[in-house]
Amino acid sequence: MIGASKIKQYSNVLEKPLSKGKQEVSLSAFAFLFSELVQYNQTQVDNIAELERRYGVILLLQTMFLGPWAAGSEIVHNQLCRLEDAGYAVGARCLELLCHREKGNRRETRLLGILSFVHSTVWKVLFGKVADSLEKGTEHEDEYMISEKELLVNRFISIPKDMGTFNCGAFVAGIVRGVLDSAGFPAVVTAHFVPMEGQQRPRTTILIKFAEEVLRREARLG
Amino acid sequence: MAPAGPRSGDAIFASVERVNAELFTLTYGAIVRQLLTDLEEVDEVNKQLDQMGYNIGIRLVDEFLAKSNVSRCVDFKETAEVIAKVGFKMFLGVGASVTNWDAEGTCCSIVLEDNPLVDFVELPDTCQGLYYCNVLSGVIRGALEMVSMKTEVTWLRDVLRGDDVFELQVKLIKQVPEEYPYKDDE
Repeated sequence: MIGASKIKQYSNVLEKPLSKGKQEVSLSAFAFLFSELVQYNQTQVDNIAELERRYGVILLLQTMFLGPWAAGSEIVHNQLCRLEDAGYAVGARCLELLCHREKGNRRETRLLGILSFVHSTVWKVLFGKVADSLEKGTEHEDEYMISEKELLVNRFISIPKDMGTFNCGAFVAGIVRGVLDSAGFPAVVTAHFVPMEGQQRPRTTILIKFAEEVLRREARLG
Repeated sequence: MAPAGPRSGDAIFASVERVNAELFTLTYGAIVRQLLTDLEEVDEVNKQLDQMGYNIGIRLVDEFLAKSNVSRCVDFKETAEVIAKVGFKMFLGVGASVTNWDAEGTCCSIVLEDNPLVDFVELPDTCQGLYYCNVLSGVIRGALEMVSMKTEVTWLRDVLRGDDVFELQVKLIKQVPEEYPYKDDE
């Protein structure tokens, strides 16, 4: 056919120009997709727990010595790990993308710098607004907290009583861990519900606990 | 007062809450990666993606009908048009067009202009049989099943496999009459 085609074909994904990041999809599309992710992980973990049950000993011992809730919490723990791992992959890619696009290929090397990068830039791009607050932990030197009144991923999710401490914000905790880890700040990141007086839904706090080496490096850099 | 007429896809998309497409893209990528790690077989992953899409579709159709105000579609042609023009626009923010109608009007192709699911994606050699966007075919199949149409949705062309556009084939197998769980005269 004569004439230039409208869309230029790229043989390699690396040759395609990077988008500006302004494209949007509806919130419900994301919410449906996220709910499928959580549901899929629930079935997978049931399978693992089922496997463990067949070889009963370990679970039985846990239950005997730690009480029946321990078995349940093992399942919850496995689910959280899987959700966090999914988030980790997202976070690692976010760092690369945002450093290139928003920061002109500069990556933060200082602790406060990377924390404010996560708190403002990453949050703004992924969730459309900066995080509600960034605080330093009072009890421990290596703890920082990012708080959000209602995490985007938790908006349409309610946790049944028997799931106890399960928080789908583990996905966001995974994203933060992915960004920090890829930037050279290894940390343990978890998501917690913090009930607030006067509010029906609890606030979500992402707790970041940096590894020893990060603090030593910060101290050295002065 | 007459009920409001059907709204265009653009109008609805502008009125719903939206999120950054990259979060959506990366989350979908994480899902596919998890499936590949767990299931290992590409065919299994395709089936699981289709099943996830089906689960999404059966709930998505309620939201679609609520927000878009479309009236009952007269025939399958109208259904396909509505899916392409309103449905895709409303949820994914992309336009689509319907082509290749067969003689009986039961089989058509939906061509996507753009696909937010595949930004940044390249299929490695080990996964050449993977239908990366298979969740979309499940969504359409699930949604149509909830409105009494049994369909078969397959991928005809896939950019990740080397074609130039995304093309889905939607084939109507049969119209299932609405079944009521109770008898009228009891």
